[in-house]
Amino acid sequence: MATIQFDLVSPERKLASVAASEIQIPGADGDFTAMAEHAPMLTTLRPGLLSVKADNDVTEYIVTGGFVEVSGTNASVLAETALPKGEVTSDVVDGLIADATAAAEAASAQDKDAANKRLADTKALLELI
Amino acid sequence: MPNLKDLKTRIDSVKSTRKITKAMQMVAAAKLRRAQEAAEAGRPYADRMNAVMANLAGASAGSDSAPKLLAGSGDDQVHMLVVATAERGLCGGFNSSIAKLARAKAEELKAAGKTVKILTVGKKGREQLQRDLGDLMVDHVDLSEVKKIGYTNASDIASDIVARFNAGEFDVATIFYNKFQSVMSQIPTALQLIPASFEAEEGTEAPLYEYEPGEEEILADLLPRALSTQVFTALLENGASEQGARMSAMDNATRNAGDMIDKLTIEYNRSRQAAITNELIEIISGAEAL
Repeated sequence: MATIQFDLVSPERKLASVAASEIQIPGADGDFTAMAEHAPMLTTLRPGLLSVKADNDVTEYIVTGGFVEVSGTNASVLAETALPKGEVTSDVVDGLIADATAAAEAASAQDKDAANKRLADTKALLELI
Repeated sequence: MPNLKDLKTRIDSVKSTRKITKAMQMVAAAKLRRAQEAAEAGRPYADRMNAVMANLAGASAGSDSAPKLLAGSGDDQVHMLVVATAERGLCGGFNSSIAKLARAKAEELKAAGKTVKILTVGKKGREQLQRDLGDLMVDHVDLSEVKKIGYTNASDIASDIVARFNAGEFDVATIFYNKFQSVMSQIPTALQLIPASFEAEEGTEAPLYEYEPGEEEILADLLPRALSTQVFTALLENGASEQGARMSAMDNATRNAGDMIDKLTIEYNRSRQAAITNELIEIISGAEAL
């Protein structure tokens, strides 16, 4: 089966680089799954669960903001923070929620919607872990 | 003729200096490796970010709706110089070379009738620029408590810069740092942050992307991140450069201390020999007189 080269990088290090069969990505306008031969696209991420399937192993990561670049042969996720799901505790999520809350409160009227959406998405992370 | 005891103390003191510089050199070497690894690890992200931004920016350049961070405020009257240096000295010309470049730029801008503002990151640059450009300084970022520079440090600095830009405090921002070339050479570099400039790698033809949400929303969302990434890259390069510079400076110091010890030892031995000869002459002439 055709695979797609998946790279997950954060500013501080490269977290993963595998040939995956499918990748579920929490895009800003909704979740989608990238597989080989996907049309080239670029989208921003919302806080959520990223899951990578390679050789029937599924690896899951919790990601916050960032963006994804998908082309037919590879998918690169550039996440601001990305943690393997196993490492995420409710404390970590609480920290993220606190950040998002602060950002939502500080946001100008123009950015209010986006900030509130981020807060809601971040809160939804609690149910995932 | 310096007396023997003084020489002996001198030699001992240079020896202990050599021990210190040697130790500092080894610490710097270990830290350099770590700093280089960090810079290396940050590269894939920065490269990707740059490539995407170059692509996006190229598409939106010239359009009226281009975000201000990219297009600039339409003026270039007030310049913000972000001077990133080390928190500690004893690293050769590392801090001075950045300060020198920043000072030259500030003078040039002032001569052209522009207003200059300075934001310093790292204590040493602040100290060097304080005397002649102190009145231009608007703020200082202290990283002396930070053991390992993380992305959050960079994004804090970047969001501060963006906030100031949005408040209309300046029109153009440039960051000064040392680019790591090798242990022996670090290149003082000025990188323009705002209006943002991205250079695409040669010969990489980007496919036609589908954008979700719109191209402009993505651009607006990514610009501050790209800025943080640029600051982060600069800080990492600076970190590696600092350790490299310190390592070679300390290597030189160790070698100089060695030379000094050799020279002093020769002098010490000569003085000792002279003293012995003197005593012998006294004994012999004393014996002859009898």
